[in-house]
Amino acid sequence: MKYLVKLVVVMFAAVLSLGAISTASADKLKVGFIYIGPPGDHGWTYAHDQGRLMIDNMLGEHVETTYVEGVPEGPDAERAIAKLAETGHKLIFTTSFGYMEPTLKVAKRFPDVKFEHATGYKQADNVATYSARFYEGRYVQGQIAAKISKSGIIGYIASFPIPEVVRGINAFMLGAQSINPDMKVKVVWAYTWFDPPKEADAAKVLMDQGADIITQHTDSTAALQAAAARGIYAFGQASDMIQFAPDTQLTAILDDWGPYYVKRTVDVLMGTWSSGDTWNGMGPGMVGMAPFTNMPSDIAMMARETAESIRTGAFHPFTGPIYNQAGELVVAAGEVAPDFPMLATMNFYVQGVDDKLPE
Amino acid sequence: MPDLIIASVMTMMTAATPLVFAATGELICERSGVLNLGVEGMMLIGAVFGFATAAVTGNAPLGLLMAGVAGLLASLIFATLTLSLLSNQVATGLALTIFGTGLSALVGFDYVGETIDQIAAIHLPVLSDLPVVGRLLFGHDPLVYLSLGLLAAVAWFLSRSRWGMILRAVGDSDVSAHAIGYPVVLIRYAAVAFGGMMAGLGGGYLSLVYTPLWAENMAAGRGWIALALVVFASWRPERVLFGAILFGSITILQLNAQAAGLGIPAAFMSMLPYIATIVVLVLISRDAIKIRLNAPACLGRPFRAER
Repeated sequence: MKYLVKLVVVMFAAVLSLGAISTASADKLKVGFIYIGPPGDHGWTYAHDQGRLMIDNMLGEHVETTYVEGVPEGPDAERAIAKLAETGHKLIFTTSFGYMEPTLKVAKRFPDVKFEHATGYKQADNVATYSARFYEGRYVQGQIAAKISKSGIIGYIASFPIPEVVRGINAFMLGAQSINPDMKVKVVWAYTWFDPPKEADAAKVLMDQGADIITQHTDSTAALQAAAARGIYAFGQASDMIQFAPDTQLTAILDDWGPYYVKRTVDVLMGTWSSGDTWNGMGPGMVGMAPFTNMPSDIAMMARETAESIRTGAFHPFTGPIYNQAGELVVAAGEVAPDFPMLATMNFYVQGVDDKLPE
Repeated sequence: MPDLIIASVMTMMTAATPLVFAATGELICERSGVLNLGVEGMMLIGAVFGFATAAVTGNAPLGLLMAGVAGLLASLIFATLTLSLLSNQVATGLALTIFGTGLSALVGFDYVGETIDQIAAIHLPVLSDLPVVGRLLFGHDPLVYLSLGLLAAVAWFLSRSRWGMILRAVGDSDVSAHAIGYPVVLIRYAAVAFGGMMAGLGGGYLSLVYTPLWAENMAAGRGWIALALVVFASWRPERVLFGAILFGSITILQLNAQAAGLGIPAAFMSMLPYIATIVVLVLISRDAIKIRLNAPACLGRPFRAER
């Protein structure tokens, strides 16, 4: 929060100094967003849209934002991105992993447009990447789940086998193991980011198989609601979903993109934008946790302490010893897994995950 | 283990129910000789109007009623075009699906992310608590029973009732039925409307019970599976039930196999329902006589009354 306040102050100063420049140029900077789902998903896309609204609120005098929602990953994405570039958008945020190649392709054709691709790992002169360390929140969730679960089985609804998702599963598992080494995590791959009936099916199946806590890496509230219908606990995803399941949500990982979006927009306005990779976690406030609800106060206290030690950097979720599924030591005791290449390209499960990682 | 089986069967029934609704409706429609490919569109229209009604009024049963009404109204567009204006049924049906997808997205725009009170599973004091059979027989949501009841009614109607015979006569030989003096077009209107209502209810089941929220295109191909089911069932109601449960269970089983860590590629499992459709279609098509015996002879053909 402090970070946010500071950032806001800095940015207002920047905007004020900018006022003189931009009143001269009558045209507003057009900033475009490509969304994988609808802003009303109350999950991933909702969180990005909140970031967009922050730009509107803070820089509305100088900036005009547009979004295109429900853009499938693939050739359609390329068309949608190109359309934004053709219609005068000078800064374009593409907010899903699968937009990586389409973004790079369009960026080549529009060298004077700046692109920002979320959760990807390929940059170019006019393509920057950014992501959040969601795994920090997942570790906390794993600890909570291990404390609360009676069956010792957690159901995990995964989307696509990409590093971000695998990292989340591993962090969750490590968190759970830190409380109870015998915890089991069952994984179902939904192969979609947003398909509520399928997400609900996956949740039901996991509960059928004995999971008494559900967590998800898909974007809708369906899994949480399916858990609520059976009276078990679950975690929200990407934004606070408590209103959909007041007696079910234990906490949720909150994505706070706003400050980053505002900063990058200001960079473009000031002409100081440069490509690069940003990967922030709880420390700078890009990742947060919804209130710890529906749990005893001692568990909430533990969760707060873990989150706080991650935020301050005193603890890293991927601290060794960490073994892979084959039982090989991949991170030595006391060491921390490096961002590159291990965390950024994570393509293996840690010991204890009850699943075979799809190719 | 018995718990897992009971729980899985319960989940399969919920997956089968929207298919039972939509396929039963389409079966009546096709038995009268009309091929309506707009099932997917009518399901979506039912889903969105049902959800919107429930969100605005807070009354989920009323939402379900509206889902049926909305599906019925959508099917009347189709009926007017194909039965009165004699447009091509295949093309009009496809258009209805595309129209329904767009209309539902437009109407649903403001309802994305809204929440409603779901229609809950029933719980009968003593009966639902019986071991094993208690939940299997008395623990579903009310719509599961409604869908089965309607299916049974349709089975009775087609085989035992006078009007059922007339409906079949219209589907098998519209000219003769007309010659005897039956109002062919009117009967087909009624059959199409019933099909629309059932598709609407199937859609309503998705947005009111299955996942109590609205998402664009949430029928996700179930309308097409329902259409395939009618052929799969060779136009016999009891086989519709069997087929719906089969399709529902394949969907659920593939997720179950994953959760159990069986290591079968999920992408392969996702193909199974569609492979099953093709295999069954090939198998039943092999027997040309049988399919001709069961298929309504006038299916898809326009009818113009001649005096």
